[in-house]
This record gives sequence, C-alpha cells and structure tokens, in this order.
Amino acid sequence: MEMNVNYKIGLFIPCYIDQFYPQVGIATLELLVKLGLNVDYPLKQTCCGQPLANSGCEADARSIYLNFVNNFREFDYVVSPSGSCVYHVREHYNILEQTEEVTRIRQNTYELCEFIVDILKVEDLKISFPHKVGIHHSCHGLRGLKLGASSELVTTRYSKVHRLLEKADKIELITLEREDECCGFGGTFSIFEPDISVKMGTERILDHERNGAEVITATDMSCLMHLEGIARRNKNKVKFNHIAEILNQSRL
Amino acid sequence: MMNHAAKAGKFLADLKRADWHDQTLWIMRKKRDKAVSCVPEWEELRDKASQIKEHVLSNLDAYLLQFEVEAVKNGAQVHWAFDSESFNQKVYSIINGYQAQKVVKSKSMLTEECGLNPYLEDKGIEVVDTDLGERIIQLRGEPPSHMVVPAIHLKKEEIGELFHSKLGTEKGLADAQKLTSAARQHLRKKFLSAEVAITGVNFSVAETGTVVVCTNEGNADMGVQIAPVQIHCMGIEKILPRVEDLGIFIQMLARNATGQPITTYTSHYQKPKPGGAMHIIIVDNGRSEHLGNSKYRDSLKCIRCGACLNTCPVYRRSGGHSYNYVISGPVGSILSPIYSINKYKDLPFASSLCGSCTNVCPVKINIHQQLYSWRQEIFEKRLIPTSKRYGFKFAGKILASSRYYNFFGKNIRWALKHLPRKVLYHRINIWGRCRELPPAPDKTFNQWYQENYKRN
Repeated sequence: MEMNVNYKIGLFIPCYIDQFYPQVGIATLELLVKLGLNVDYPLKQTCCGQPLANSGCEADARSIYLNFVNNFREFDYVVSPSGSCVYHVREHYNILEQTEEVTRIRQNTYELCEFIVDILKVEDLKISFPHKVGIHHSCHGLRGLKLGASSELVTTRYSKVHRLLEKADKIELITLEREDECCGFGGTFSIFEPDISVKMGTERILDHERNGAEVITATDMSCLMHLEGIARRNKNKVKFNHIAEILNQSRL
Repeated sequence: MMNHAAKAGKFLADLKRADWHDQTLWIMRKKRDKAVSCVPEWEELRDKASQIKEHVLSNLDAYLLQFEVEAVKNGAQVHWAFDSESFNQKVYSIINGYQAQKVVKSKSMLTEECGLNPYLEDKGIEVVDTDLGERIIQLRGEPPSHMVVPAIHLKKEEIGELFHSKLGTEKGLADAQKLTSAARQHLRKKFLSAEVAITGVNFSVAETGTVVVCTNEGNADMGVQIAPVQIHCMGIEKILPRVEDLGIFIQMLARNATGQPITTYTSHYQKPKPGGAMHIIIVDNGRSEHLGNSKYRDSLKCIRCGACLNTCPVYRRSGGHSYNYVISGPVGSILSPIYSINKYKDLPFASSLCGSCTNVCPVKINIHQQLYSWRQEIFEKRLIPTSKRYGFKFAGKILASSRYYNFFGKNIRWALKHLPRKVLYHRINIWGRCRELPPAPDKTFNQWYQENYKRN
C-alpha cells in the first residue's frame, strides 16, 4: 500500500505509557506529525489486554480487546510506541471473531519504527543525538514482529531500529556482549518470578554499561521501566530513553 | 513442594555459582551459533527437519509397524510398552530371562522419564550409567539438570569430592582429566562384567529397522559390544522414514546441542552380534495421547538437543533442578503439563516469553506459543490461586472501560506520589523489593492530549 497523506493514523498509547511516561506518547505524536501524517488519538482507549492474556486469562481480556477494536475501527493504520502491545494485537486477537474489521485492525497495527521504515519508507529522520547509545532489542518486537534478525537465526542481519538510529548525527551505537538477550520484564513474569527477572535485568544493564552506553533505548517502555527501576535502585549511571524520544529529535 | 520461582530464588542466592552456570551455558549457546552459522542452509534444514517430523507424526502407525517388520527381519526382537510401568516390567523380564544381574546403560532420557533405574535396583539388578555426567548424578542420587549435559550444575571440585567418597580417589582432586580417568577405570570394570547393555535411541529408521545412537564418549558402543544382550529403548516419536533423513538430523543435532559438527560416535545398530541378542522396546508412555492434542502435538518433534535450555535466560539462571521435571528448560515446561498439568502448573510461567527457544529449535517447535497456550489452560482449570484469579478478573473489568481505567490510574499515580516510601515499598510490593517504582506524572498522555492537541 502506498502511503497517502490523507490516511487516518490512530495513535495507540499503551496504558503504562499513558499513566507513567506521557513524554513518550508526546514524542510519538510529535514525530508522526512532523512526518506529515494525519494523526488522531481516540480518547477511550485503554490497554491491549496483554497483561491478562500473558498471565493465562485471555478470556477475561476479551472485553479489553473489544474496547481496542472499538477505538481503532475508523483508522487506516494504528501506530504505537510499543512492539510488545502491537505484537499482542497481531498475534493474540485471534480469539475474537475474525470479522473484516478485526482482521484489518490486526493487520494494520504497527510498531513505530516498523511503520516509519516499512510503510513510510523513511530512514533518515535528520536526527542529532550526540550520545553513546545501547539498543535493547525488546523480544516481542525483535522475535515477534521481526524488527530485526535475532542472533539465533542464520540469516542476513538487519535491524530496523538500528537503521533509523545509525543515520543520526553524532550518535555512537555501542556493541553488546549479548546483543539480544531478554531483559527479564516479561509482564507479570516480573512479579511471578521476581528473582530471575531482576537478575536478568541487572545483567543487561551491566552489559550496556561495560560497553560504554550513556543511554539505553528500546522500542518498549515496559522493558525500560523494569531496567530503569533496577538501575535507579542500584545507582547505575546509565539513562533510559524510549526510541520515540530519540527519533523525535528529528528536524524534519 | 517449592515452585519454580522459589527454587530459582534459592539457586540465585548463591550468586557466584549462578553466574558461573549462566556463563557456562551461554558459552554453549555461542558455540552453537558458530557451528550452525557454518551451514548456510541452516534455516532450510530446520524447515525440512520440521516437515519430516510432521510427516512422521501424521503417519506414525505405519512407520512404527514398518520399523518392526524390518527390525525383526534383521534378527532383533521388538517389544511394545504402553506406559512406564509396562516398560520397566518389560526391561526387567528381558534381563531376568537371561538370569542377568549386571546392567550398563548409556544415553537415555526415556529411562529417566520412566524411572527405570530405581525399578531395577529394587529387583536387585545393578544398573550403572556409563556416561560420565550420568554416572556423576547417579552416584549423587540426583536427577539430570540438563538433557544433554546432566551434571552441568556441578563444579570440578564437587565431582572430586564425590569421587573421593564413592570411588576412593585422592582427596581434593579437581583436575578434569584425572577425574575422567578415575571414572574410566571404575567404569571399565563395570563394562567388562556387564551382562546386559541398555541404550537410548536418538533416531530409528523405518525402512531399515536400524536404531541410531549419538554419543561423545562411545559408551553405548562399549556396552553393546561387550555385553551379550543389548536393549535399545525408544519413544514412539523417534522414528524417521528413510536412512537419508538422517543426513539432516545428524547434521543438526550436535551442532545445535554442543556446537560440534557431529558427535564423536554415531552408532547404527541393525542386528544382534553373533551369539548375542538385540531387543528394541518401543515406548508410548503418554505420547499417543499427546499426539491427539492438536495444540501441543508439535512438541513431540523434540530431538532432545537441549539448545532451548542453553539459550533460555531463565533456565541459565535457575538451573535444571528448579523445574522439578526430568526434562528441564523451555521444552520441559511444555512437555511436563501433558503428563500432569496440576503438578507442573508453575512451569509454563517460568518464562519471560522471549521466544529465543523457538528460534533455536531445530524442528521449529513453537515453544513460546505453547507456553502461552498452557497458561490459558492452567487458568481455565482454576489451577492458580483464587486471589490471583479474581485479581485478574477485576483488572479485566477496569482495563475494558476508559472510565474505570482513568479513575484507577489517577489513584495509583496519587499513591505513587504521596504515600510514604515505607508504605509504598512494603514487602508485599514484589516489584519494589529490588526495583524502583515508575514515576508519577501529574498528567497522563490522555489529559495532555486533550489540553494541547485536541482539534475542535
């Protein structure tokens, strides 16, 4: 589908971003507007339902799914600054009746970077970000949405996030010892298995710090909420920015 | 019985050991990456392997019968066992038929699964596991912590201590070569006096009636060549249609498991040696029921390479014993609930659903999706605590309505901002034990949008 400036873009801001990290929602919106898009944010949106479904109660998430569908039925595309929530809509809304509408919404819901690279076909956002940045490849974006080729696969390496960032002026992207290991957030996993979860997160932060990261970025604020929570407790110096906040440095 | 999370917590309490365990298995993962990247068509091989297994699972009845016919033609005796009980009885009756007392064994997760060792020992049979790792855990009276490297949780020093007390080696011995040599001396005697050799089976070939065993130490061969009677134990899912199919699986197994291009020994057993007897026991033990379960059927494709364990960030940091099932790690967490969803209800939750397991699986089992699926079933069967269940139901109601959602969101942010730290970080706040809570901005994005952006 060719991108048409008249397409209506629905902005989906996941619940925890809405409540705790509004600046990430703002950055996403501003960036999409800079890109010349017709963006609207439906006011009655809440959550994608993932926290329940990943804990086993998909059945109780059904009404949340329906709320999502109701909010986004009128858009050509739905864009969200969360790979995980987008993956959930695409992968797990299969329990709803697959009407034309549900199918269309599932197909047309995109993670922000994926939308910019694959649909808008823009790669140089004219960003300047003079920092050493470590990319945390959030699992659902990486392995679920295939925003990149994960390290387990024997295939040509690529990363949509990397592609957008490497064009930035003065940025230095660091290399990690474990390039795409999970941070251990995992939704309610972080509560059901707290010791493993924290241990995984602690090690991710150390890997980034050892390799010189000043800023850790990711397509998912949930991973960063977990990592930042650990980093603040442990007094790590590294800072955290959602990818939208960096991309919104754009001077387009 | 402690659940996975509690056992993982205990494992992590010894931080140095946990880090060592994680690093050791991560090295295996890296070796695997290197070995598989030497095969440019790796991803196609995975597709092929998965398709062959798919085909086999759909035609299992025909291939098993073909295998039996061919194996009998070759002079082997084929037995069928429906469950672990009948399997153990069958093995015992074969051993007893030869009035044998001494058994050596190599490479079999199936016999672990069925509890063969304790069964035979109860009947007064001496069973000696001959592979080094298996022998170590047998001497310790422990289950394997990893399906390929069963004693990976132990350090050289601990093995030195074990050998000192069980095999009489000098105290404080921690040299890998010397320890291996001591085990060899000890096992050599067992091999020479063994009357029956038992092995597991990695693959069996329907068109030739052959069983194939892949090992690094050669103990399956040593046992089979010396003991007059050989018994091979295979699950019904081990079958492959043709010899040429082995070309795919043999190429993948060792690369994915340990990063070797191939195991040191790939032994094909086709007929009994002159004057000897060859028995093959084909075991179901829940597999045919599993086969009928369309959601989880794919997990029967597993070839036990262990790659999903090595790559799993949870397994590496919690150790195999935290799973409390003979097969640990991600694939164990989808296999175990088939046997008892009640007993293993914690295992599908022992994952962050990162999906790395699915990506390394040589037969493309959708492990993380099956974990997700099991979670749904565990919830539906009301196997999680009532408080949690109602908590989620309540959350479902709130998150389905923007009015309730905004109301609760506002209150949570108020609490985050105004409650004293002591209250916020009370120990019932599991998140906050080792992590800071997120910030509490005055306004949500929704509010900001309405104030700053809303056209009209």
